[in-house]
Amino acid sequence: MIRFILKRLGSGLVVLFAVSVLTFFLLYISSGSIARNILGDQATPEQLAVKEAELGLDQPMPVRYFSWLTGALRGDLGTSWFTSEPVANALATRIPVTMTMVFAAMILIAIIATLIGVAAAVKRGWVDRVVQIGAIIGDSIPGFVIGIILVTVLAIQLGLFPATSTISPGAPASAWVLSLTLPVIALLINGVTGGAQQIRSAVIKQLERDYVRTLRSRGIGEGEILSRHVLRSAAPAGLTVLSLQLIGMLGGVVIIEQIFALPGMGPLAVAATSQTDLPVVMGVVMYTVAVVITVNLIVDLLNGWLNPKVRAS
Amino acid sequence: MTESVETSALTPLPGQGAPAGQTGTVVRSTVLKRLFRNPLGIIAMVILLGMALLAVFAHVLAPFDENFANISKTLAAPDSVNILGTDSSGRDVWSRLLFGAQLTLLSALLCAAVAIAIGLPAGLLAGYYAGKFEAVSNWIVSILMSLPGLIVLLTIRAAFGPSVWIAMIAFGILISPSYFRLTRSAVQSVRNELYVDAARVSGLSDLSIITRHIFSVVRAPIIIQTAAIAGVAIAIQSGLEFLGLGDPAKATWGVMLSEGFKNVYLTPTLLFWPALAMALTIGALVLLGNAIRDALEDGEKIKHRKKPVKGTDKRTTAAPAPARQSRYAVAPAVDAGTEHHLVKVTHLGVGYPQADGSIKKVVDDVSFHVDRGEILGIVGESGSGKSQTAFSILGLLPDTARIVAGSIQFEGNYTAAPGEDVVNQGRLSKLRGKRISYIPQEPMSNLDPAFTIGYQLVTPMVRVLGIPKAEATSRAMKLLSDVGIVNPKRTFDAYPHEVSGGMAQRVLIAGAISCEPDLVIADEPTTALDVSVQADVLDLIRELRSRLNIGVILVTHNFGVVADLCDRVVVMQNGRLVEEGTVRNILRNPQETYTQVLLGSMLEGKEPMSMLVSSTAKGAAS
Repeated sequence: MIRFILKRLGSGLVVLFAVSVLTFFLLYISSGSIARNILGDQATPEQLAVKEAELGLDQPMPVRYFSWLTGALRGDLGTSWFTSEPVANALATRIPVTMTMVFAAMILIAIIATLIGVAAAVKRGWVDRVVQIGAIIGDSIPGFVIGIILVTVLAIQLGLFPATSTISPGAPASAWVLSLTLPVIALLINGVTGGAQQIRSAVIKQLERDYVRTLRSRGIGEGEILSRHVLRSAAPAGLTVLSLQLIGMLGGVVIIEQIFALPGMGPLAVAATSQTDLPVVMGVVMYTVAVVITVNLIVDLLNGWLNPKVRAS
Repeated sequence: MTESVETSALTPLPGQGAPAGQTGTVVRSTVLKRLFRNPLGIIAMVILLGMALLAVFAHVLAPFDENFANISKTLAAPDSVNILGTDSSGRDVWSRLLFGAQLTLLSALLCAAVAIAIGLPAGLLAGYYAGKFEAVSNWIVSILMSLPGLIVLLTIRAAFGPSVWIAMIAFGILISPSYFRLTRSAVQSVRNELYVDAARVSGLSDLSIITRHIFSVVRAPIIIQTAAIAGVAIAIQSGLEFLGLGDPAKATWGVMLSEGFKNVYLTPTLLFWPALAMALTIGALVLLGNAIRDALEDGEKIKHRKKPVKGTDKRTTAAPAPARQSRYAVAPAVDAGTEHHLVKVTHLGVGYPQADGSIKKVVDDVSFHVDRGEILGIVGESGSGKSQTAFSILGLLPDTARIVAGSIQFEGNYTAAPGEDVVNQGRLSKLRGKRISYIPQEPMSNLDPAFTIGYQLVTPMVRVLGIPKAEATSRAMKLLSDVGIVNPKRTFDAYPHEVSGGMAQRVLIAGAISCEPDLVIADEPTTALDVSVQADVLDLIRELRSRLNIGVILVTHNFGVVADLCDRVVVMQNGRLVEEGTVRNILRNPQETYTQVLLGSMLEGKEPMSMLVSSTAKGAAS
């Protein structure tokens, strides 16, 4: 088991490293006009040269990457070119908002999609049809459009929720819950419809396995077969779906935060992108990929725990 | 049960692609025909065609240029000039919607094209040649799949500036693993098929094998995948534009949404049109993908019916069947004089309702009985209905199966009374495990891989007999040694994948007798085992019969097993009972031609040395 964990951890770090190299070189490959972007069109060539030297842009790419990497290993992701705020600080103040939403949505998706998916697989009939239609509708409307619809109808037209949030870290919990409700719903609808559909197929597949028939022949009740055996065997498929949805959600949350004006990672990332604030973009990419890798690692471990065959190897 | 096959368009569907490729144009045309018969498919195609036409002729149809702004007429309501009104800069919404369609559809096409251009060849190569290429591509795939799409597009935007085309190329690369994985698994599943081998033997080059055989297999799944990916591309492209990170000179649905959202307090209708256009287009793509998948699945979709179809089965109408029983009603009394039989099957018919309303019968007019201490063999080829008969006694037929005729009784009580269209689960669930038990055919697939063998033996005893866990554990140990397992403790603690097939079959037999049943139904209990283990398992069943005085129904295709073990035998063919009698009579003096043929073919496999002699002798005799 420990070897299994170390192997997964190792391959996760390799992926993280590969992504950092790839992203860094991609971002800085066309960095010729960065100094002009920062200083504006009036800047003289001397001023530009000074700025480039200040940002380290006059050095060869591998040297720059190496200095970024050594900094990153110490927790220093560089400073924003426009606000001079350390990237690590900027991320630290915004990540709690983003991750609260993402993980709240994840947990809710896991619960709701499992309940609906299992019901559709077991009951079939109309429940099944509703899930199928729901999956088509969910696939047809992108999450951010759902967000826009929710704001327009529930917040602006009906006034049930705050449309935008001026939430500060010290605000009471109830204010947080109220302003995060709509964004979380917008985040999770696609996940629930898609996830329920996938869990339904996984459960149906398990219900048709030979061992389920044998368990029935032994006199084990349907409820126990479903909760102990079928759900457990279908869980790896469900976890994989969930981890893929998390990856999608880390992108989707950027737009959702923009719609609801939440002080999360999204607005930071969008502003940095349009200003070509490369250290911030780099920080955002590395943080999200690190989250993905961590969650994938957890999913692998859970699968190992669920499946004795994986555990042994 | 075709519905249970992977239903997501994002998962590979090699099995469903295969028939289209293998049988060529005939099947393809019926797939198309089925697609055109599906109303949702037609609606989807009409919407997509309409969108495409609007996009292609945008320059002709649009009354204004996409960026033409009439500053004196901002946020105007629809009128005869601006049929959908104007936005905050006085630009015509209808015109921008058309140009937006053009750009959106083109960008989706570009993205899918890039993804196919990368994923398809890579998947073909990885699937066909495997080895290092596959290992490396798998690694790249795992990296690409751990990158959130929108974050990558933000990076691309920061590096290369606001270009829809660069963004879509990048997203195409990012999403290419979905084609890669689909193609690879499809290719892997057919790579070793006989017809590919045949092609190779007949001297075709690898290239022409790939293009001719394998490409035709992956074609259909790729079309389905493309519909899904085009939808995702439209969504993410619009998301990027909505964030204001696109090219400001271009009209797109995402930009229009953003514009509408800024003016949501003044004119929320500005949001409506681009949102509708997106939902319609992506929805049509999703529906089209579903429709193609449905068309590919075989037409034999089984309908879930609560009631049997009346009038399709002559026997149920002709026979003086009593009124249909409610499944909660007390079972009617069985025919006098039959109470002493352990199990009695009378004129049993089992069928599956088909989509066209007919019933496909798999068991028809089958009658037999089993007494205590007796081993009855049910012999027949695969598809003869012998397993379906066995499962109807156990009450473990698939949900869609219907008892279309006859009855089943156990110890003088009906488990399927005459007129009932399904086996009475209320009555059978009390019997299953306790009085009637089951030994399956495939030892490995019949144990849950996630639980230890001990758990799977102990739990039924605790549930069915209500004994404490400790007692059940010691009984399980004894059972394991009873069925000839040398080290019961080790097997008890093992997971199913840690024991051999023969061992697993012994475990299943131990499980079947753990609650001391009166009837054991064994479905081909030796077929999946090595020859050396087969004899042991048969000895075991024989010994159980005499020790516990139980009745056994042995389903098999092997007359050798019947001769070795059974007292009486029934022969089945095409769902019907052909012949019945004592083993001695049937083996020595088979009356029916089918039994003779079956016996002849069985003997061939049994005695390799005398094979030629015995088969020619049989052939001459018949």
